[in-house]
Parts: sequence; C-alpha cells; structure tokens
Amino acid sequence: MSYVPHTDADRAEMLAAIGVERIEDLFHDVPAAFRFPELELPEPLSEMEILAELQALSEENLDTGHFPCFLGAGAYQHYVPRIVDQIISRSEFYTAYTPYQPEISQGTLQSIFEYQSMICALTGMEVANASHYDGATSTAEAVIMALNAGRGKRKRVILSPAVHPEYRAVVRTYTQGMDLELLGDEPLRGGTGCGETRTLDELMALLDKNTACLIVQNPNFFGEIEDLAELAEKVHSVGALLVVVADPVSLGLLKAPGDEGADIVVGDGQALGNGLNYGGPYLGFFACQAKDVRKMAGRVVGQTVDVDGKRGFVLTLATREQHIRRERATSNICTNQALCALAMSIHMAALGKTGLRRLAEICYHKAHYASSRIADLDGYQVVATKPFMKEFVVRCPAPVQVINDYLIEEWGIIGGYDLGRDYPSLENHMLICVTEVIRREEIDSLVEALDAVRREVRG
Amino acid sequence: MKIDPGFKYHEEHEWVRVEGDEAVIGISDYAQDQLSDVVYVELPEVGDTFEQGDIFAVVESVKAASDVYMPVSGEILEVNEVLEDSPELVNQDPYGEAWFVRIAMADLSELDGLMDAEAYKAYLEGLDE
Repeated sequence: MSYVPHTDADRAEMLAAIGVERIEDLFHDVPAAFRFPELELPEPLSEMEILAELQALSEENLDTGHFPCFLGAGAYQHYVPRIVDQIISRSEFYTAYTPYQPEISQGTLQSIFEYQSMICALTGMEVANASHYDGATSTAEAVIMALNAGRGKRKRVILSPAVHPEYRAVVRTYTQGMDLELLGDEPLRGGTGCGETRTLDELMALLDKNTACLIVQNPNFFGEIEDLAELAEKVHSVGALLVVVADPVSLGLLKAPGDEGADIVVGDGQALGNGLNYGGPYLGFFACQAKDVRKMAGRVVGQTVDVDGKRGFVLTLATREQHIRRERATSNICTNQALCALAMSIHMAALGKTGLRRLAEICYHKAHYASSRIADLDGYQVVATKPFMKEFVVRCPAPVQVINDYLIEEWGIIGGYDLGRDYPSLENHMLICVTEVIRREEIDSLVEALDAVRREVRG
Repeated sequence: MKIDPGFKYHEEHEWVRVEGDEAVIGISDYAQDQLSDVVYVELPEVGDTFEQGDIFAVVESVKAASDVYMPVSGEILEVNEVLEDSPELVNQDPYGEAWFVRIAMADLSELDGLMDAEAYKAYLEGLDE
C-alpha cells in the first residue's frame, strides 16, 4: 500500500463536511492558555551538526562492543548474526503493521506462524502465541491464565523466589486488586537454598486446593538449573498449573519444560536475535497446551486453507481478545512484538537445533571456566549448590558496587549483578554471566582484576 | 424461524424445557442464526449455582462471543459435554442435541415470567421491525 498524504484540498473538503472553518477551531475545548504554548526549542540544526551532537553523546557511554560485559540477570549479550538485521530491515517486515487484513498480510502472518512453531519446538509445548512485551508480561499473563483455568475460584499463586525479581514485581502489579494470595518469595529467617529463601521442596509444601499455579524459573535467577522432575506431578495433584520461566538459549541444552510436565512456558526472547538495546524492546514468549488455548492471551496466527484450497494464514481465536470480549477478554494487552519475534525466529533458524545446542554448550563451558578460576581466588567463593548454565553466584570480599566501580575504572570491565539489591541476605554477592561472546583472555583479565580489587580493598 | 411449541422462552433467546422440578436449557433457533457458525461453547461446572439473569455460559462464533443467561435460577446438574467436540450442533439442532445444561430449579414461580411459544414468536417479530 502506498502512503498518500492529504492535500490542502482534501483538508478543505473535510472541514466543510463537518462545518468547521479552520483546523485550529477543533481545539476550542483546550483552555486558551494551554492551546498553543511557546515551546522555546533551540534553533534547528543541520543533519551533519545533529549527527555530531548525538555521536558525542553516545560516546560518553561504555558499550559492550568495547568493554567485556559480565552482566546478565535477565538480559544477555549473545552474538546476533548479521543475517538478522539483513532480513528484518526489509521494508515489508520493518514497516509492517498488525496483520488484521489477511488478504494483504500473508508474509507477516506466515513469519509469525513460523515464530510460534519454533517456540513450540523449543519449549516442547503444543501452542504458542505471537509474543508479549517481555518475559515479565508473559509471566503475569500466565498467572491470569491460571486464574481463568481455575474459574476464578483458586486464589493462591506460589512464586519461587528464584524467579527474576522484576518478573515477580510485574506479576504483583498486574494482579493488584484481584484479592489474590501471592506467596513463596517472602524473605525468610533461617531458610535454606540461595540465601534465606525457600527451596523447591519448601515451595511444594505450600501447594493446596486453592492454588492456581506455581511459578519457577529454569535456569533460575541465580543461574542454577532446577530439578523439575517431581514438580509437575505435585502441582497437578492439587489441580494447579505449573508455569516455567525459561531462557531460550538454555533450551538448546536442557530438557524442554513441556517434556517435564509444564502447563505454561514463558520467558524473554531477547537472548536470541535481539541485542541488549539498553533494556528494550524485548519480547515475551508464551506457550501452553492445546486444551488450554482459549484461556491464553495474546495474538495467535493460524494456518488454514482458502476457498481454492490454497494454504493461508490468519489471526485466529480472536474471540479471546479485548476488541471482541471487552471485560471478559483473556487480557487487556492484545499486541505483540512482531519485529523482535521475527529477529528471534531468524536467529533460531540460522542456528538450527545443532547450532543452538552448540551455543548453549559454549556458554556453559566458558561460565564453568570462569567459575573454577574465580573459586581458586582468595577472598571469593563460588556459591553453587546446584549445576548451573551461563550464570553463577560469587560471594565477594567487598560490596559489589565497590568492586564494579573498580573493575570499570581501573580495568575497563563491566562487572556482574549486585544480588544484594533484591535479596537482603545476599549482600556482597555478585551474579556473573559468561556468554559465548566473552573471550578466554577477558575471563582471565576479570580474574586478575577481582584479585587486584581484593588486595586493594583488604589492604 | 423454528420455535419449539413445548418450551418456554427467555427474552435473551434461551429456551426452557420443564421436567418436574428440573429444567433443560439451550438457545433458540433465532439465537443460533444471529450468531452464525458456532465454534466453541463454554459451559459451567456441575454444582455451580446461578440466579435468574446470571451469565452461565458463553457461545463463541467466528465473529463474537455471546453471553448466555439463566432464564430461571438453579443449580447445574448436568452439562452437555457433546458440545465440547461438536459445537456446530448448536447451529444444526438447537432444541434437541445442542441442549446446554440440566438444572434443578430453585424457584418454579420464575417460570411464570417466561414467554410461551406464541409470545416468543410475537416477540421475535417485534425485534425484526
């Protein structure tokens, strides 16, 4: 479709049709004092001058292209192959809007269908939607879905404390005023596990007939791989749903949550196809079993045949959505992250099953190399009671902020995440992430730097 | 527009077949015609109770989701599970095979407020004007 702007004649015709003299008259209801305020903007600059100004601004940042980054905690630096940009930059994808009209959107619809299919293959589930804003949104939508599955009668939601703190915060925001009991992640006195938080066994002990769902993350926020073997059975025995928050790269190596009995699998797709982007846009993937599809939120693309028997794609199951059901809709957010989902699909297609596994293995081995070298240092302990993938926890001899400042200023290294921010019992604990983009020499530098800062701080 | 003579009708197009203290409820031919192709019926659970006028089910067609209202108050004794796999029965046989629920009526006097077949026919003619 071409873009055809209005002409002055078009505007005059429209104004005449509604009996208005000038466009300014349409703003009559805005108080005069606010109607056309002075904006006091600086004078316009040339394209060349603007570029120079923005460039100078951007160069004030330390970027991961120039500084090795050991920060993970929900957003991961993985190498995005050039082919992703090459394909998403095509204007048919880059500028496409929501494919409400299937007659003119078969390309977009097919790409979303392929994304959904790949998510199903990755998670071991039967149905996936076209994506949500981010992993936190997907997790919150999973809770809503579980509440619908429980017909609104079940009011307890059990949250593992090892689910990303921001995801748990968003779940709480989403479910405000719904009179729910959200528990499992309150800080405990004398609890076991990572700091004073509940273990999986302790979470399972909270299950009852009033439970709508239990949410775990795997690998969890601390990078640990959870043993989900018994979990599904226990959760199902009380008639609740098991929600698993997963990292797509880890699924190249770990058993698919669907095969472990998960009812809903969610997570953030940022790790594949999408860079760090200073925090967004990311995308939340969402997958469930076919029997529950009508309770799932989000857009869904379906494959069908047209009147001539030719394959076609279309947005389907629209009766779950806001614009049809209003207050009875499965969600108030009915949109998706099409471009980010496309980028993730392209990256997955480029890697393939063996490539994704290889990627996960490289991350695993590099992270373990780093952890074993750090474990050898005086003053640092690697806190790992379970196997881990690409992130692990290190108890440090000084506050994490002090160490990170030193790492940046003296060594040009971006350090890991300060767990004390979210877990009161984990002061001085750093979450270190190592992905395939980190070179061995950079890990060795980190180790040297950590040793140096310890000596500096301890004196 | 088919109207079964033996049934009573609610203004939201549900029919009631009275059987002693129990009643069987479905939606009328007019309703299924308005909806067009039914793709899904969401039914309540056995044991649920509803007041007259409460929404107890939802019928989804390709273009809309429509609420189904209790024509009389009662407790759900049975739901028609056949509709789960064959929602199209609602279009094909709305008064027979596509019954939605069987209930134990809470207040038989509510039946007096419902329309008989003649009244429902007149009601429908009024709507078409």
